Amino acid sequence: MKAMTEVNSVGSARKSFDPIFERGLKFVAILVMSLLILIIFFLYQLAAPAIHEYGWGFMFKSDWNPAKLIFGAYPFIHGTLITSLFALALSVPVSIGTALFLTEIASRQVAAVIGFLVELLAAIPSVVYGLWGLTVLAPRVRVTVQPWLSEHLSFIPGFSGMPYGVGVFSASIVLAIMITPTITSIAREVFRAVPHAQREAALAIGATHSEMIWLSVVRVSWSGVFGAVVLGLGRALGETMAVTMLIGNRNEVANSLFSPAQTMASLIANEYPEATNPLHIGALAYIGLILFGISFIVQGLARRIVNRVANPSGGGA
Amino acid sequence: MNPADFQISIARRLKNRFVILLLIALACVALIPLIHVLHYVYAQGLPHWNLNFFTELPKPVGESGGGLGNAVVGSFFLVLVAAIVGVPVGILVGIFLSEYSRSALAGWVRTSIELLSGVPSIVLGIFAYSAIVVPIGHFSMLAGSFALAVILLPVVAKTTEEVLKLIPSHIREAGLALGIPRWKVTLRIVLIAARSGITTGVALALARVAGETAPLLFTALSSQHWPRSLLEPAASLPVQIYSFALAPFEEWNHLAWAAASVLVSLTLVTNLIMKWATRSRGESR
Amino acid sequence: MPLMTARSNLWAFGLRVGLVLGSLAGFGGSAAQAASRLSITGAGATFPYPLYLKWMSEFQKKNTAVELNYQSIGSGGGIRQLLKKTVDYGASDAPMKDDQLKEAKLQIFHFPTVMGAVALTYNIPGVTQSLKITPEIVADLFFGKIYYWDDAKIQTLNPEVKLPHVPTLVVYRADGSGTTAVFTEYLSRVSPTWKEKIGAGTSVKWPVGIGGKGNEGVTGFIKNFPGALGYVELLYAEKNHLPVAQMKNREGNFIKPSSDSVTAAAAAYLKDIPADFRFSLTNAPGKESYPIASFTYLLIYKKNPAAISTTLKEYLNWIYLDGQKLAAELYYAPLPKDLLDRVRTQISQVE
Repeated sequence: MKAMTEVNSVGSARKSFDPIFERGLKFVAILVMSLLILIIFFLYQLAAPAIHEYGWGFMFKSDWNPAKLIFGAYPFIHGTLITSLFALALSVPVSIGTALFLTEIASRQVAAVIGFLVELLAAIPSVVYGLWGLTVLAPRVRVTVQPWLSEHLSFIPGFSGMPYGVGVFSASIVLAIMITPTITSIAREVFRAVPHAQREAALAIGATHSEMIWLSVVRVSWSGVFGAVVLGLGRALGETMAVTMLIGNRNEVANSLFSPAQTMASLIANEYPEATNPLHIGALAYIGLILFGISFIVQGLARRIVNRVANPSGGGA
Repeated sequence: MNPADFQISIARRLKNRFVILLLIALACVALIPLIHVLHYVYAQGLPHWNLNFFTELPKPVGESGGGLGNAVVGSFFLVLVAAIVGVPVGILVGIFLSEYSRSALAGWVRTSIELLSGVPSIVLGIFAYSAIVVPIGHFSMLAGSFALAVILLPVVAKTTEEVLKLIPSHIREAGLALGIPRWKVTLRIVLIAARSGITTGVALALARVAGETAPLLFTALSSQHWPRSLLEPAASLPVQIYSFALAPFEEWNHLAWAAASVLVSLTLVTNLIMKWATRSRGESR
Repeated sequence: MPLMTARSNLWAFGLRVGLVLGSLAGFGGSAAQAASRLSITGAGATFPYPLYLKWMSEFQKKNTAVELNYQSIGSGGGIRQLLKKTVDYGASDAPMKDDQLKEAKLQIFHFPTVMGAVALTYNIPGVTQSLKITPEIVADLFFGKIYYWDDAKIQTLNPEVKLPHVPTLVVYRADGSGTTAVFTEYLSRVSPTWKEKIGAGTSVKWPVGIGGKGNEGVTGFIKNFPGALGYVELLYAEKNHLPVAQMKNREGNFIKPSSDSVTAAAAAYLKDIPADFRFSLTNAPGKESYPIASFTYLLIYKKNPAAISTTLKEYLNWIYLDGQKLAAELYYAPLPKDLLDRVRTQISQVE
């Protein structure tokens, strides 16, 4: 790698554009970073009243009462984490399985059609997912799925409680459906980019189809798959409309997967438009900042896990 | 079929069978709800498609007819301007992350992009509101496009990075060995080799922002009239779907469903055109 | 904020880029025409949105040179936009508070346009009748103290209805809303315990229940969940064919929500309504008054740019003459006659 750059810098006058190109890229990259800093700075400004009032303790308080101007973020941190992680747990295996099916098993035409359908679903506005969940999913969950789960799986903590139909469970399912197109489409591109020679090499040494998929496709794609999951997680953490229509919007810590709860993003979307008190607005902005912190930690953890599981991926510079 | 098959033990063959069936099953599990949602949208929306939808403005309650022509036009320009701003920036950042990934700066930029992708879209809307709407003094399509551009940027950047990383390094080395400058290798060879993946990323990003409601409520607002300038409030399909789907009037609910199916169809057409354009360019090369 | 001004130079540049893009996109030509057509943007309360759309559409039939735009972004949002001057006029279900008016520095007028009722609605299997409900029962229901619909308190009040042994489930508005403000304001007036423990506001901490997004989210839950009850704007209960309760008012009569019973509430309160019209209509006196009702307001600066002020005044005059007649068919309550005269005199003060 080092040698390569040296060779470049020695080259003819035509190559003199290289440093400019690199600087241009750096400039754009820094621009994007400053955009993020600007957003955080701006959120911090809005949040200042609440930060001064509550400090770090804000994250561990469970009381949220705008009418009395008492605010605490814990229930929403909890709600965001369980809905997003549950949604990821549902969606990741299915999405990656689908992506592998599309690249490794399905015929070209079938893959093209299905791949297209999947990408289309990213365009459906989240209010439509919300309405679908409210009118199609939630009633079924209430009448059939939840009673069945509480009857047969109630020994697992979380699968019990009053069957409202709406709550963490339904919200997570709809979130999982919403992030599946993102993860599937990107993972599919990642798998597709694996050179054919690598697949043929595996088959040539006598690997079965499934061993080939594991050895030459999945193992080299960890980093890319991780990227796909990160984008899916991002959407799950930040989703508002569909979640708020299905989660039951109870500003308390959920004690079961069937309980109504609330997420950080949907709380902001619910209360920001009508909030007028600076402390109330500040508390909502503070929650926005905490959401940044949470994505930072969750994604850092996920990256560490992936790095441990996978060899450092090949390719790239 | 393969001579190597003879040496494969029964256990391995069974495992192979099992994995393949599992993948097919997973694909089915993914497709059932997705197709159900898609079917639901079209079943509710298609019966209310007609020419008026595209050519007329919304009518108040109690008057028949009316369409969402202004929202179709508004959404088109909102997404177009967002793409003009966000897609090139996203691709450039993706190139930077993949081709210059060793620098410390790349680590920070990568983290920024990942954080940016998790910002709730309503927060970006509030941000665009304070950064653009308040200084200008009124709501505008431009502010809406800015918010959408910020949403699509991380999706495009992240996808570009991941796809570029998977382009085998020997392709780059071959180009460099021929004496082609690095920027040309990157833009003309690596980027072209990765075009299908990048197109997917852009298509996903565009689809995502085309359906975003929350960031538009505080930026582009909406309007009962035809969009005339980037500096005025403009109607958009998702905002109209949001306010009409949750209204208690049947005529409005019908318009909202028609709008949802139109939105999906427009995205379909855009995707098709994009795929076709990038494919044919690649083949002519 | 010095930072803001430094930034705005950058944005000014951005704007120029935007303008170039705009003309590229093909609306350069029509943007020039735009100057000749006056466009007035307002934003705020969601509750009167359907009626305001109707009004603007009717008004523009005669005044073709104007483009009126109104968007429902919520009452709080309407007030904030007015204060930031990003809209030409605001709209809100709740009147502005004193400190908000102070923040504005300039004088702001409240124009009550119509009134609305918040209805208590429910889904009890086998019950399609309108139940009689007292303030105590409402408070108990929303405190979660009544577990089943066949509770003695409700049953004795409604002997002609056979109430089933079905658990109650409270559904509230999850998003901050004027509807919640009116309903909790009412509960605070009739129940000291509610006032002390919960209070009133656009978002409160509900003792029990689940939250739906918007009026439609609430009715959606109620329809899908036997035993559920909630409060929604009357229009939503009517359009969703849900039964509504008759509320016991101050005089002891059970009154159904309707545009007549809300207008009656305002008429009964007439002498108490102050000169700036900032007033809550809940728990009104009068035999025919429905107790959970409120005004909705247009918020307008006293001083406006010349072109806008002429049109706004024309529009306001039209609202109080022809507009009022269109209210009832959309389940909004027109203002009582005596109040109309008082509001009209305020129009002339707009500059």
